[in-house]
Amino acid sequence: MAMKPSIVTGLTMTGLVLAGGLALAAGQYGPGASDTEIKIGNTMPYSGPASSYGAIGKAETAYFNMINDQGGVNGRKINFISRDDSYSPPKTVEQIRKLVEEDQVLLTFNVLGTPPNTAVQGYLNDNKVPQLFVATGADKWNDPKAHPWTMGWQPSYRIEARIYARYILQNLPKAKIAVLYQNDDFGKDYLIGLREGLGDKADKMIVATQSYETTDPTVDSQVVSLQASGADVLLTAAIPKFAAQVIRKVYDTGWKPTHLLSNVSTSVKAALQPAGLDKSIGIISAGYGKEITDPKWQSTPEYKEWLAWMQKYNPQGNIADANNAYGYGVSQTLIAVLKACGNTLTRENVMKQAASIHDLKLPLLLPGISVSTSPTDFAPIKQMQLEKFDGTTWEMFGPVISGAAS
Amino acid sequence: MHQLLQQIFSGLAVGAIYGSVALALVMIYRATDLINFAQGEMAMFSTYIAWTLVNAGLPFWAAFVITLAVSFLGGMTIERILIRPVENAPVLASVIVTIALALIFNSLAGWIYSYTVQDFPSPFPDRPILGALITTNDLGVIVVTLLMLALLFLFFRFTSTGLAMRAAAQNPISARLCGIPVGRMLAIGWGLAAAIGATAGIMVAPVLFLDPYMMGGVLLYAFAGALLGGIGSPVGAVVGGLIVGVTENLVGTYLIASQLKLTVALVLIILVLVFKPHGLFGTGIVQRV
Amino acid sequence: MTKGFAVVVPDRTAGGQYAGLSLGAWRLIGALVLIALAAALPFFVSNYHVFELTMVMIYTIAVLGLNILTGYNGQISLGHGAFFAAGAYTTAILMQRYGVPYWATVPPAGLICFVFGVLFGLPALRFEGPYLALVTLSMALAMPQLLKYFDNWTGGVQGINLVKVAPPAGLGLDHDRWLYLLVLAVLILAIRGAANLLHGRTGRALVAIRDHPIAAAAMGIHNARYKTLAFGISTLFTGVAGSLASIVVSYVSPEGYGMFLSIAFLVGSTIGGIATISGAIVGGLFIEFVPNLANDISDAAPAALYGLAMLLFMYAMPLGVVGSLAPLFSRLLRQIQARGAVLSGSDGK
Repeated sequence: MAMKPSIVTGLTMTGLVLAGGLALAAGQYGPGASDTEIKIGNTMPYSGPASSYGAIGKAETAYFNMINDQGGVNGRKINFISRDDSYSPPKTVEQIRKLVEEDQVLLTFNVLGTPPNTAVQGYLNDNKVPQLFVATGADKWNDPKAHPWTMGWQPSYRIEARIYARYILQNLPKAKIAVLYQNDDFGKDYLIGLREGLGDKADKMIVATQSYETTDPTVDSQVVSLQASGADVLLTAAIPKFAAQVIRKVYDTGWKPTHLLSNVSTSVKAALQPAGLDKSIGIISAGYGKEITDPKWQSTPEYKEWLAWMQKYNPQGNIADANNAYGYGVSQTLIAVLKACGNTLTRENVMKQAASIHDLKLPLLLPGISVSTSPTDFAPIKQMQLEKFDGTTWEMFGPVISGAAS
Repeated sequence: MHQLLQQIFSGLAVGAIYGSVALALVMIYRATDLINFAQGEMAMFSTYIAWTLVNAGLPFWAAFVITLAVSFLGGMTIERILIRPVENAPVLASVIVTIALALIFNSLAGWIYSYTVQDFPSPFPDRPILGALITTNDLGVIVVTLLMLALLFLFFRFTSTGLAMRAAAQNPISARLCGIPVGRMLAIGWGLAAAIGATAGIMVAPVLFLDPYMMGGVLLYAFAGALLGGIGSPVGAVVGGLIVGVTENLVGTYLIASQLKLTVALVLIILVLVFKPHGLFGTGIVQRV
Repeated sequence: MTKGFAVVVPDRTAGGQYAGLSLGAWRLIGALVLIALAAALPFFVSNYHVFELTMVMIYTIAVLGLNILTGYNGQISLGHGAFFAAGAYTTAILMQRYGVPYWATVPPAGLICFVFGVLFGLPALRFEGPYLALVTLSMALAMPQLLKYFDNWTGGVQGINLVKVAPPAGLGLDHDRWLYLLVLAVLILAIRGAANLLHGRTGRALVAIRDHPIAAAAMGIHNARYKTLAFGISTLFTGVAGSLASIVVSYVSPEGYGMFLSIAFLVGSTIGGIATISGAIVGGLFIEFVPNLANDISDAAPAALYGLAMLLFMYAMPLGVVGSLAPLFSRLLRQIQARGAVLSGSDGK
């Protein structure tokens, strides 16, 4: 019988097919990637004065745990290594170098803070390591020519402030504007964006500005000063604790300006409720995501899915903390990028895929807002929509505005 | 004019907060000759305990009393277990220990309760009075601070425990020879300071809002206020705190842009101390040879 | 506040020969061996570890400055982070605005910080204990605000990005190792300078002022001059450290120099041994590595572990690591010496 030759042929054919298949499946790998895992590096302030943002890192860890439980990305598990930098740039440099040189991560993801990211931007670009979806709202991350390895994620603070400027010019052209801002890059960016949006009317319209440090116990004095300027519009670029104080003090002094509030402090539970929901009626903000303590969204399936994830994978997290929604959304964006990489998990391909996101819809983004990038546009989320608080919920109004860098 | 009044009243309100924490600092200093860098964080942690009780359904005043008791015992325990080992070591070692305590309390609070800002109920109704110059809440803080000051004054002046405590702090060896249990005095001192801190925290949380960093900034200003008034003097602590609060507001409004408010306010305080190096009400110790 | 921290001075009066060499000769050999090891180390570890060790040395220099002021002279400072920042920004501004080569910015940074220190030390003469703590703490608090305010010079909240330093050609060294050796050289200079200062008349005067100011004055020591000088020298050291840090990290911003840095220096100082020189090395190691270790152990509450580490060190060794261990070491030496004398039958002279 001519079995043997066919068995040999059969085995050889099988071998060749398998080898070919393995070659196809093996794919190309940069550092930190293999058939079984993808290493991702991150730094967050888990200690020090900014440690409230550490919740974002914990949410991301929880999200990647869920993805791993579901089989990973294209069969590979995510190995998410997140280290503490205490929001101190020298520490960030150290931890990022450790991640790149010792842990050999494929990419850095969602590093938090403008000074920390500024400190490592040169190093990461020089070494061609993706600095992906940085967790800050500064404008300067959208610069693919100068820094082709750096990309932001959320709408920048300046975009938001320009949207407010446009709103004021259209609806309150004779306004006298007062600005309360946190004395760091976050707060200052609002001031700069507002001025940019108002153009040559800025000097005339902005009648008073006051700043505060995060070490200040209260900002009551600043609010009183701003009121005394006679302004009828107030822009508050503050984090939730101080935003709550501002809202309350404004109410207590009897001042009734048109109150524009930074998107970071729109949490119903964490900012408006401590101040007093009734005292917050009429406040205007611009949003890009669903506010998770807003009752309007809590009956939607997307929220319920998020809540289930929180309860199973991030039970220590506070369901009123917007950071948990942020971490969820930005992680989903990364997973989408990694999925698109397929089996070519090199740093170049990661950036290439990150720069070709087409209209990605995330469950916790507002309807009409999506994630889009291109090789010349490194601002994934550029759209926001104005919203007004009615005492219970944030009511969207107006169209979805795209605040491209002007 | 109206703004001036508003700034002054605003400053008094926040100054009372500084003054109440300064009282706790002075308490520990008088009892143990130490600056307790963990005072603010201990107060914050006590406030979280009160918050947990209130959230569990207890009425406010019950939660308040229980928190005070727990804080008093907690303060005594901390002194006995954590401070006692470095009692005979140089003072700098105790400074490091209190700094470590501050870090631990802050980190634990963030871990257990998260960093999200929490609502805290106020025992006082929240209505603006005096033509929106001040709210009843702020007034309540001032009244309670003054009340604590009065109680403390009476305690040190007219009770035997207070006298024993002063003796133990000033001259532990002689005090022991007189039969005063110095160790227990130290522990009671810390317990009282913790209770004062808890009261300050509970009063202050409705105004400043409760999060693990609530007391961070307050401690610095309270420290400045306590020293401005004279570190050994409870009256000085409250007056110092009030002065710091008002000065800070007026400086920020009339003197310099808010971006340099902290710097200028600190410079002014230091200037006063240059002329009165032991604070306004403090008495220096003169060493004769 | 620092009374009770005995100054750890090498026991120069211990005579005797140990295997044919005097104690002083052994000390010199030991130092040379250590230097040789330190210089060779970067070639055996990875780039990243070289960077870490460079930061350890920088923090050692900064802590040494604090030791001079607070340990030897008894003036507590909660504000040395501000001088670290001053040194760092001097270098950054000179490099970026005026194109000064990096190595030439270090002496001016030290000098400027010396002047600041003296200017600051003059009013500080009025204060003691907690009052001095407040005054120095104010410096630490005010510094970030001032840095943000004068943004024309300092770049404000965005900070200043520096060009990466290029190692000199022909030495075959890469960027990390060159900086390591440079900082090592500065560290050796600093330790030598501190030792000369503190083991001589000036050091004795500083300690005398710390422990018995009235007696010191009665002995003819000009308290005010020495105290101010101590401040200036102390800030010079810390300023130089800050300058080196900005060169190594290549970026300065107000966020990196807050109050926590000043406290970290004091913590490192005390845990190492505040009235010692070699304690500064322990302090530098503590500041650099313990937060990382704490983070590795716990993601949830790393600062709590850091605080716990501080507590354990203070309970076990309240005089600091070197401060507590050095007397034991001296005793050991004396026992060896005594045994040697017994064996050789001589007096040990």
